[in-house]
Amino acid sequence: MLRLVVRRLLQLIPTLLGLSVLLFLWLDRLPGGPASAILGEKATEAEVVRINRALGLDQPVYVQYWRFLKRIAELDLGTSTQTGQPVWDEFVLRFPATVELSLLAILIAVVVGVPLGYFAARNRGGWLDVTSVSGSLVGICIPVFFLALLLKQIFAVNLGIFPAFGRQDTGINATDVTGFAVLDGVLTGELDASWDAIMHLILPSVALASIPLAVIVRMTRASVLEVQDEDYVRTAEAKGLKRSVIRGRHVLRNAMLPVVTAVGLLTGSLLSGAVLTESVFSFGGIGSFIRTAIDGRDYPVLVGFIMFIALIYVLINLLVDLAYSLIDPRVRVH
Amino acid sequence: MSVATKTDKIQRLAELAATKETSTGASLWREAFRRLKRSKMAIIGAIVIALFVVLAIVGPYIAPFSPTAQTWRNEVFPNRGEFIGMRGENWFGLDHLGRDMFSRMLVGARQTLLVGVVATLIGLIIGFVIGGLAGAFATLGGDTGKRIDSVIMRFIDIMLAMPSLLLAVSIAAVMGQSLTTVMIAVGVVQIPVFARLLRGSMLAQGSAEYVLAARSLGVRKRRIVLSQIIPNSLSPVIVQATLSLATAIIEAAALSYLGLGNPDPAIPEWGVMLTQAQRFFDNAPMMAVYPAVGIIITALGFTLLGEAMREALDPKLRG
Amino acid sequence: MSLLTVDELTITFGGRGRKESRAVDGVSFEVDQGQVVGLVGESGCGKSVTSLALMGLLPSKGVTIGGRAEFDGTDLFTMNASARRDLRGSEMAMIFQDPLSSLNPVVPIGVQVIEILERHRGLKGEAARKEAAHLLDRVGIPDPTRRLKEYPHQLSGGMRQRALIAMAVACAPRMLIADEPTTALDVTIQAQILELLKELVDQEGTALLMITHDLGVVAGLCDQVNVLYAGKTVESAGRRELFGHPTHPYAHGLLGSIPRLDAPRGEPLTPIRGSINDRIAWADGCAFAPRCDRYEMGCLTGTPQLTEPRAAGHQVRCVNPVLDDAKAEEVTA
Repeated sequence: MLRLVVRRLLQLIPTLLGLSVLLFLWLDRLPGGPASAILGEKATEAEVVRINRALGLDQPVYVQYWRFLKRIAELDLGTSTQTGQPVWDEFVLRFPATVELSLLAILIAVVVGVPLGYFAARNRGGWLDVTSVSGSLVGICIPVFFLALLLKQIFAVNLGIFPAFGRQDTGINATDVTGFAVLDGVLTGELDASWDAIMHLILPSVALASIPLAVIVRMTRASVLEVQDEDYVRTAEAKGLKRSVIRGRHVLRNAMLPVVTAVGLLTGSLLSGAVLTESVFSFGGIGSFIRTAIDGRDYPVLVGFIMFIALIYVLINLLVDLAYSLIDPRVRVH
Repeated sequence: MSVATKTDKIQRLAELAATKETSTGASLWREAFRRLKRSKMAIIGAIVIALFVVLAIVGPYIAPFSPTAQTWRNEVFPNRGEFIGMRGENWFGLDHLGRDMFSRMLVGARQTLLVGVVATLIGLIIGFVIGGLAGAFATLGGDTGKRIDSVIMRFIDIMLAMPSLLLAVSIAAVMGQSLTTVMIAVGVVQIPVFARLLRGSMLAQGSAEYVLAARSLGVRKRRIVLSQIIPNSLSPVIVQATLSLATAIIEAAALSYLGLGNPDPAIPEWGVMLTQAQRFFDNAPMMAVYPAVGIIITALGFTLLGEAMREALDPKLRG
Repeated sequence: MSLLTVDELTITFGGRGRKESRAVDGVSFEVDQGQVVGLVGESGCGKSVTSLALMGLLPSKGVTIGGRAEFDGTDLFTMNASARRDLRGSEMAMIFQDPLSSLNPVVPIGVQVIEILERHRGLKGEAARKEAAHLLDRVGIPDPTRRLKEYPHQLSGGMRQRALIAMAVACAPRMLIADEPTTALDVTIQAQILELLKELVDQEGTALLMITHDLGVVAGLCDQVNVLYAGKTVESAGRRELFGHPTHPYAHGLLGSIPRLDAPRGEPLTPIRGSINDRIAWADGCAFAPRCDRYEMGCLTGTPQLTEPRAAGHQVRCVNPVLDDAKAEEVTA
């Protein structure tokens, strides 16, 4: 087991290196360089030269690359031009909010999506099947930010059921332990803070969950359709096993395999969606921060974010890989 | 017999041996098309797309008013929250600058279609070339070929590792705000998808028996690739192109929302219109709803057709 | 009283816009306690479908079942679903053709055996594990306790089929249905599996319905043989009687096409001409007529009926059966 983890980590290294080279070449050495991006298109020649020297951009390539790698290793992703704080610090500050949001979204997507997909497959052609498939097709065609906008307008502004922005109401004094608002409330016994955090989370996570939900419903349905015609399901039926046993141990355990890998791939769209959704709700996670960074041309933040996200994405896929080998014994090395 | 005629004969034999597979491929197309005609999804999708294309072409000519002229500017007061909704001459009402929404929607169809098509084409063409090269190297290049292929695919995997929107943002953030930027950004994001797809398809075909037969008969590799492998690998690419058009339109809208689209509100494009309308969503929701519904329905049309094509071409999903 | 009585079973696929096709067209046979009955025929003759219908494993939509099947006095087709489910695996069990695909790849073998024990015999925990190991041992799997934790892909083909047999006999069913149990295995393993089945039948008195296209398997194992063609029984007889005096031209042709060790070298094999697709509808006449050497006008006047021209208990569905064949003497039991 440990061998598998180590092996996968080692396999990661060339990918990460390649990624860093790509990022370095693309981001650090653009036409005009970061200088003109910082100063704007109207930078004069002299100003550009000055900034370039300050940023060390007049050194030979390999020196710059080495410095680039060193900076990453030291978690020095630069300094935000907006807040003046180190980029890494800003991320760490805001990341838990986005994680909370994404986790809830995935939870919704799985808890609703898997049963829907399963029963749609079992009743192929029935009304549930047709509705689920149509619904999921429509779901991927609705821009996430519009859905967020719609939800916010209807449920927050018009109906007033949920709060319209932020993570917590200003009235509530929540103590910050881990950065995860819901967890913190539970840990410190301030359950009203937890509840408030949940209320703030619901609308954005529903909006964010729309695409993963659609994908999971379709994948589960397709997978169950394939699995239920397999011979081993027929054997299970021939044994006269209870339907719940056949469903759980034989159909679902096999049908979920491709869905697990899909979840890994969904992370990308989840992060993108988070950027959009957080903007709509001014949620205060990384997403909204990036939004303001884009508006303010906060170049170091954008660059740092790309690197940060690439790393997260790669790590998550590693986790998914490992999870898959745990579930499917055929993949394990003996 | 001379060397020339002998080679020709071998070539001809190989082609005959190989064409058997292609003609099966051709009948695959015909059968798929037949199934497609029966599929309700495909028909709805095709109708929607046709309507959209017609609108895109004809829109500017049938628009009752100018989409850019702020004709009724003095009748709207966005700061006070006063807007003009549906009424006599303005079927969709006015936007915050007093322009006719209906005309903007009609004209905007063209821009929106353009964005989607150009972005998908960029992804398709470049991805096709890269994927095609990788696939060709992998199937016919022997060991060195396989190594080149894995290097290329590593590159592609890295591109896939980045969440698409953020990749697009990084491109757009550097290239400045304009519709071209959005098109290129969304297009570049599609490249790895097509590259992967074509290469995978080619690999599956490459080990097919007709390829082995052609090679053993001495048919030149380039010919095998161009005349046999690629045509048979096309179907998943076509399906993906259709589906990608839908995602392209939506992602373009998302990039506009993030402020990376054309800041000039004069040229109507549904994504940009949606972004501008969100500020006034509380008072004039329809300003946002029209372009949103336009985007959703169009994307849905392409998605329906794409999914119907995928089902029609997939032998497993029959019956 | 027979354990299983099948009377004029018909199975039709189709309806709901798809073309109807009758897979089984009036098949009748009986299986007694302790008896081995064979259903023989080419692919497409309806033998597998029959067994699935008896077990209740056919889909409910798009399939119409006619006729009767009685198991120990109970009508199988009018039973309610949950009573049927209780019957499966405990009184009536089935083993299938491909042992690898018939096993759940992500669940250990032990669990797949224990789940039957839990379901029908109420065993749990350590008791269940012990019984599972005992069952694996019974079917000849070495080191059974270790095998319990292993996965299907870690076992050989023969062992997998043995494991499936263990699962089938776990609750001492009164009847076992085996659908081509050895087709996917090596020849040497085939013999072992058939030995095992024979052993189980002899020791427990289980009735066995053997479905196969392999006449060799039939000759070695079955007491009673039913030959199916295009959904109908065309010949039904005891083993010795059938192999000694094949009366229906189809059965006759099958036996005649088997290569023999004592035939002169260089003598060409005599296959049955045509394929199973060269046939006419039973309603119009004998479905085998297009391929038959003995075909005459009487073969086209409607469905031939079952008669007993040769001996009592030896039924044939033929207007012009093979009744005088000197080959009879050479066949040994």
